[in-house]
Amino acid sequence: MSSTVVKPVRDSKAPKINWARTEEAENFAKTVKLFRQGKIDPDSFRRFRLQNGAYGTRMTDDYAMVRIKLPAGEIYPNQLEKLAHLSEAFSIGSAHVSTRQNVQLHWVILEDVSEIMRSLADVGLTSREACGNAVRNVMCSPLAGVCGEEEFDATPYAIATAKFFLRNPLNQALPRKFKFNFTCCEKHGMVRMTDVGLIPQTRSVGGNTQRGFKIFLGGGLGNKSFVGHQLEDFTPEEDLLYTSIAVLRIFDRLGDRKNTARNRMRYLVDQMGWEKFRNLVLKERAIVRATQSVVVTLDIDDAPAKISNPIRISGSDGKSVPDGFSRWRKSNTFEQKQNGYHSVSLTLEAGDITANQLRALADVCREFSAEGYARTGFLQDMLIRWVPESDLAQLYSRLLEAGLANPGSLTMVHPVGCSGTTSCNLALTNSHRLAKEIQRKFLDLKLDEDNDLRDSNIKISGCPNSCGQHEIATIGFFGGGGRNDKDMYPVYQLSIGGRSDGETMLGVNVLRIPAKRVIPAILKIIETFKAERRQNDTLKSWIHKIVTGHSDTSTKSVADIKKILLPLTVVPSAAEDKDFYADYGSDSSYHTRTGKGECAA
Amino acid sequence: MCGLNGKPIMDADSLRSLLRDNSIRVIDVRRKEDYKKDHIPKSVNLPLADLLSDDTPERVLKLAQSLGIDDQTPVVAYDDTFGALASRVAWTLQYLGHRDVSLLEMTYTQWKTLGLETDSNEPSVGTKTHSIALKPEIMATADYLEKVKENKNVIVIDNRERLNYLEQHIPGSINIPYRTLASEDKILRPKDELKRLLQNRGISDNAEVITYCGSVGTLSGLAYYALKSIDHPNVKLYVRSFKEWKNLNKPIVKQENADYWDLSAE
Repeated sequence: MSSTVVKPVRDSKAPKINWARTEEAENFAKTVKLFRQGKIDPDSFRRFRLQNGAYGTRMTDDYAMVRIKLPAGEIYPNQLEKLAHLSEAFSIGSAHVSTRQNVQLHWVILEDVSEIMRSLADVGLTSREACGNAVRNVMCSPLAGVCGEEEFDATPYAIATAKFFLRNPLNQALPRKFKFNFTCCEKHGMVRMTDVGLIPQTRSVGGNTQRGFKIFLGGGLGNKSFVGHQLEDFTPEEDLLYTSIAVLRIFDRLGDRKNTARNRMRYLVDQMGWEKFRNLVLKERAIVRATQSVVVTLDIDDAPAKISNPIRISGSDGKSVPDGFSRWRKSNTFEQKQNGYHSVSLTLEAGDITANQLRALADVCREFSAEGYARTGFLQDMLIRWVPESDLAQLYSRLLEAGLANPGSLTMVHPVGCSGTTSCNLALTNSHRLAKEIQRKFLDLKLDEDNDLRDSNIKISGCPNSCGQHEIATIGFFGGGGRNDKDMYPVYQLSIGGRSDGETMLGVNVLRIPAKRVIPAILKIIETFKAERRQNDTLKSWIHKIVTGHSDTSTKSVADIKKILLPLTVVPSAAEDKDFYADYGSDSSYHTRTGKGECAA
Repeated sequence: MCGLNGKPIMDADSLRSLLRDNSIRVIDVRRKEDYKKDHIPKSVNLPLADLLSDDTPERVLKLAQSLGIDDQTPVVAYDDTFGALASRVAWTLQYLGHRDVSLLEMTYTQWKTLGLETDSNEPSVGTKTHSIALKPEIMATADYLEKVKENKNVIVIDNRERLNYLEQHIPGSINIPYRTLASEDKILRPKDELKRLLQNRGISDNAEVITYCGSVGTLSGLAYYALKSIDHPNVKLYVRSFKEWKNLNKPIVKQENADYWDLSAE
């Protein structure tokens, strides 16, 4: 059946790093068979499966979610096309962009996971250590390298860290998962809400500029969340790897392997006290520094990015600017520090993107990005960077054709929603659909155009765990069940004032709002803000003043906000309002139902 | 029983040389207006809707004869819909008893992308005579499926997309979406890949496989040929598929307690 006719390959930039090992796919297929034959016990199999990036699925053992790691979020056109194919062949025809720059394929038949791994290897991608008790995807701000506020581009350091730890025996059986987040600047990162957070810094030493990092340890979101602590004023780049190894070793040695529900490193830090933990790290680092062979270094590829304006097949057509362009441009583009270039953020619905959209995006990268690839962000979003300003209108037209041109990406109109009851065993509510509903409604109301709302955000989790990151949201929600006599209804705990920037703090709980009243509740908060705001207030700053006790408007406290929202908590009878008792995406009455989580497995 | 050299799939090179020799009948299974624009040279048009309007053996016999197909004429079918429509036509001819039918290895778009020959001339073909020798062993009815589906040796494959399968399917069926079957530039993956896929799913060589899809046996027709391409001996197409199954109120199962539809960006 072989044919001598060969399709010409289109020119595009190829991935620089191969993260994959094909033999891992073969091994996975073999191990699944052994498991199905009962030759491997379920616990061992689960650990193996998670280490290879396959997570369990809601109420079934037949399906898995495959989490594909994208270190620093980098994804090349051929990789986007591969994901498109894989989502159609083995998943639901859409892929999901996570809050940690991964791409997830849901509802994959367990026996097909190895096929996905094999195909990923064709394009250099891996799902290895994307789940389980290992160093997870090393994140880096999607604006690193183009952000005007940054000291230098952290991307090569993030990539080098990912390279160093992937498959490294140092982190194959940690007490619990472990997360590195690099950022560009305070504003665009989440360095205090992770195990190790890093912001690039420079200092002048003897007339030379020295590179280094501000490192934060022991933060993280979860059932119990903590804000990270800064290790020292300045960690020079030579110490980056030593510090990372030292922290991991301490966690490996002292982390709680029994009580898996409370054993992220933040609990260790909390339990031990920051000063004690800090001293341990500094001591351990001195040992690591003294004992490591000189060959143990980070492999930092700091060669400047190859920037070449692409030669467009379609060319500039000189057509008039399409409708909606200026609205989209305002809320979806970011001016780079490099003169004349913009980064473009895509508005996805809770991170979901169809196979055809992935293909369109691959073409868009080839045709419009001078760096030739895309990045996933921290907000279930994707970015195309290095777009010449003169191309923005044409790029917008292309996104319109692909159904990817919704405005609002860099505004409050882009809520984060974890997967919720669409696939997660732990979920109590359909937080995923709620995020979509909010986005659709707020786009209708054109809230993306409102400058006062621009720096706020909405984040939703489907249970008290924090995959939806509700605790760092201006307006955050986590799901649960409410009860009215015999009838249950979906409900969300509302919190306000959370943030993850330089003034990182966790949101403050306000009250429980029934799921079908969440949108009115947000609108009520906005309405109150609009009525009371001082001239320079944004919604975010107004809420910040309220939760920190510095309010200068008539809404003084969280209790006042609660009072305003209380009417929305009135529960109608099932006869009066049947819809109230059904969650989004469901027309039957609500009941909670959960399985076993695997986050701590 | 199928294709030249006994192969159910024909590669582009072979088709081109057979066309030069005028020794083959090529059927374009696209809509008439698409066919009229251009098509593979010398091909005749049989839109799937035309076949489906009445696919009784008597009608199919007339169609085949009017397309100039006799018992000995090698036939190749192609479409521009993943090979699924062409599969349904090929299977129907095979069911009629035609012994030499195959699918072109690629879609018309793929053919064109490679810069291969196209033409807008419609060939005039003379009517030929064909016999009927039905092959019931390649067809499954609802009753048959219901009777055998619990058998250990029988594997029922649902070739619809994953979300449709999760929403409802025939109890005991397994899901292999039709998109799984294709490679990036062919309607079917290479044999070794298809074999591996089926092995992973525990489908042994001696299993009796029944394929079905949404309504008319197109996507499952492609799966039928995927299995035939790796010489699976016993494959049947449940040609009336899930639509009929539902209409007959046969049992259906659903993946409960999860809102998977809301993960789709469609």
